[in-house]
Amino acid sequence: MQNATIWRSTVKAGLLTGVIAIYIALTGMVLSLSQRPVIGKLSLGHVVYMLVFAGMGYIVARRHVGKTQRALVPVHGALVGGLGAALLALLPIVGRKIDLAWMFVTAKPNLYKFLLFNQESTALGIGYLILTGAALGAATATLPVLPPVLHQALLGGASTTLLMGVLAELVQRTILKKALGPLFAYKGLKPWGAAVLFVALSVLFGLYAWWRQNHPQAQRSVPLETGPEPAWKRSLKLGLLLLLLLILPIWLLSKDTYLNSVLNLVGLYVIMGLGLNIVVGFAGLLDLGYVAFFAIGAYTVALMTSLGPLGMGYSFWQALPVAIVFALSAGVILGVPVLRMRGDYLAIVTLGFGEIIRILANSDWLKPFMGGALGVLDIPKPEIFGRVLKEEYQLYYLILAGILLTWFIASRLYHSRVGRAWQALREDEDVAEAMGIHLVTTKLLAFGFGAAFSGLSGAIFAAKVGSVYPHTFNLIISINVLSLIIVGGIGSLPGVVVGALALVGLPELLREFSEYRMLFYGIALIAMMLVKPEGFWPKRLNVYARPDESAPETAQ
Amino acid sequence: MNQWQRRLAYWRRRYDITDVVVWLFGLLILAVAVYGTVRSLQTTTYDSKRWAQFVVYGISQGGVYALIALGYTLVYGILFMINFAHGEIFMFGAFGALFTALALDKAGYWDGQPVLSLIIVLLVAMTTSSVVAVLVERIAYRPLRKAPRLVPLITAIGASFTLQYTARSFFGSGLRAFPEMEMLKGSVNVWGLEIGKSHALTIVVSLLMMAGLYWYVQRTKTGKAMRAVAENKDVAALMGIDVDQIIVRTFILGASMAGVAGVLYSLIFFQVKFFMGFVPGIKAFTAAVLGGIGNIPGAMLGGYFLGIFESLGPALILEGLGIPAPSQLKDVIAFTMLVMVLIFRPTGILGEAVAEKRA
Repeated sequence: MQNATIWRSTVKAGLLTGVIAIYIALTGMVLSLSQRPVIGKLSLGHVVYMLVFAGMGYIVARRHVGKTQRALVPVHGALVGGLGAALLALLPIVGRKIDLAWMFVTAKPNLYKFLLFNQESTALGIGYLILTGAALGAATATLPVLPPVLHQALLGGASTTLLMGVLAELVQRTILKKALGPLFAYKGLKPWGAAVLFVALSVLFGLYAWWRQNHPQAQRSVPLETGPEPAWKRSLKLGLLLLLLLILPIWLLSKDTYLNSVLNLVGLYVIMGLGLNIVVGFAGLLDLGYVAFFAIGAYTVALMTSLGPLGMGYSFWQALPVAIVFALSAGVILGVPVLRMRGDYLAIVTLGFGEIIRILANSDWLKPFMGGALGVLDIPKPEIFGRVLKEEYQLYYLILAGILLTWFIASRLYHSRVGRAWQALREDEDVAEAMGIHLVTTKLLAFGFGAAFSGLSGAIFAAKVGSVYPHTFNLIISINVLSLIIVGGIGSLPGVVVGALALVGLPELLREFSEYRMLFYGIALIAMMLVKPEGFWPKRLNVYARPDESAPETAQ
Repeated sequence: MNQWQRRLAYWRRRYDITDVVVWLFGLLILAVAVYGTVRSLQTTTYDSKRWAQFVVYGISQGGVYALIALGYTLVYGILFMINFAHGEIFMFGAFGALFTALALDKAGYWDGQPVLSLIIVLLVAMTTSSVVAVLVERIAYRPLRKAPRLVPLITAIGASFTLQYTARSFFGSGLRAFPEMEMLKGSVNVWGLEIGKSHALTIVVSLLMMAGLYWYVQRTKTGKAMRAVAENKDVAALMGIDVDQIIVRTFILGASMAGVAGVLYSLIFFQVKFFMGFVPGIKAFTAAVLGGIGNIPGAMLGGYFLGIFESLGPALILEGLGIPAPSQLKDVIAFTMLVMVLIFRPTGILGEAVAEKRA
């Protein structure tokens, strides 16, 4: 009886695997990512759907271990992978008989050919596909059965090697090339390079896992009773981090224009994320019109500094404070009408504000002042001490300064009186009001600070890109920023950086992927809320939290 | 303290400064709207026939909004959450209709058996929308029903984007043309007014659907159960109602209305796109709020009101203000109305006094 339910759940997981794999294939992800080799001839397109088999096999094995005989766990994994692959195989079988392309634009013969490992014979291709699925499922399902150290070593080694293969371009354009260059082909890893990397990384991960097993006390972060770490240690860490950040673009990234422009984009999103983090993370006010303030910052700088007919000829440094003040005032002004609203209504009204601003900037009505759909062009680069910051790696320092400033303000605010008022507001508005918190000023401060950060980011954005168009400032930017703070961890400052690197940096580096970015964001929002609502770098509990109440905080 | 100071102190306690600012803001917008209307009517660029045309167009557009708004209202009535993905459910219905219509057109039924074809297309669209809605409920909402309020809201936004971009990668990023129907070309003459046949069809079908929905919710056993669950989930469960199942049925009911709206929208505009759900979705939400969210007749009323207002607005208000190309700002009118309603009457026209916690 017990056994039957386990097998049934395995079959269910296998069917789910197949549905996910077919979904991924039909989105066209498989084919467009096949342009990027990861290891030898294995492309990212292969990796994407094979990861489904491997991942589902692993998840099922993790669930089943202990419930069934150890030797049977890999069999379950093989079943999951094989069943998934068999379902995926239905796609080419059906597709080669009936034309699906009039409905699904991606269901074309080249997709089927790719899925069947370039085999002309359907039967042979399906055989390969099912075998691959079963083998992958079995392989990953074996991991949880192994001793923990070996499990972690193999898992860590394999996933890091794959990641290195995916990010081969990053390695080859940076200082890492000098050390790891020979392992890489023109694109992706060489097969023997991948083997070497896998062994080396597995050993490293294994050693780390072994060390952690023998030093259980090191696993815990600083316990509350011992208080914060000593000041010298903190300053040393900060100093090293700062040094790393300072040499990042010129030494580590070797002044590479492309990588530095990606880095700068990430930086601009970090500034915005820190701002939205105040509104959403600290104060719990879900703002979907956040892009409006970014647009206000960008347009202020654009109109004040542009050399074109619309410009007023001020310098960037004169325009910057004006942009921030404008954005801040806009934040407060748009905050007033929504003071009474909560949750859903607030989200949709702010979304409306964002759209209104974009539509106005795009309209013929304001064209004489704001350029309409043609935007504002010829925005000069900022100048400092007579030097024009025209290269990306030079602009990086401007953005870094912005991040450090906003980070400092945000972290000081979090522990200030206002910050605590925000947190009280987030937990329960009525109780907060009863405790004597003035809702109006507290909320408006949150909106104002958030908007000011966004305005700063927009101002730098305008100067970096050199032109602004209204269609840049659509809802998608607001959603990007929201996703990155949720993936990183709501209310957590380092989480913003993690989120920006993962959600802005990675898709920029994998250009083939950028078409699926929004899809990925949408799925990430749902998946994070279901699986890991606290984010990948959750905020640390407040020092004044009582240890016995330190239950993991979730998004409020 | 003299009398005036006392009175001032009283008013300051009673009304916050922000209230005054908000009221002034509202009065300003109202004054601008009235000024624009008066100016427009004085200049008389359009004759009365044109105005009537605007109204008819607004009613048919409003019917579509009302059908979508019903989905928001039904779900809000039961779960007290805004189903952000509802616009996308509408979009999937339109895509279901598109593919069925294309297949029927290829087989020659589209113009050969127009009435039957329309019924088939409607049924397929309703089914497609319902399947998507049930999936969304199952994956994104049900596991989080007990979570804090912000959490299902975030998954709803996520679901909305996932669906939108799934449609984009499945069906392509361009516009797909909906096959035109011979039967719906031309116009009918009602009381001396030329009404496009597709607009007439939209008006009739949306009215029929809403009547059907109203009957379903008021008269059937499931409808009764829905109202019970909306009132109190726990007590409803004690009365032997399967709450989860009723919630699923509510989603299906709302999604079917959205599916019908998808067909009607495609028959008016003859094009289908992955992004088509976003703006109608927000406008239908506005309509639902306008009528009082959670209130079924309210959503219908709000839909028609918004449709007519939006169709008249650019010509009536903005042209008088001397704004060029006023139809570009059509969406601004709808969004401004949303903001104004939420500020001044968050319970809507027909809404009962909703507890502040919900608003």
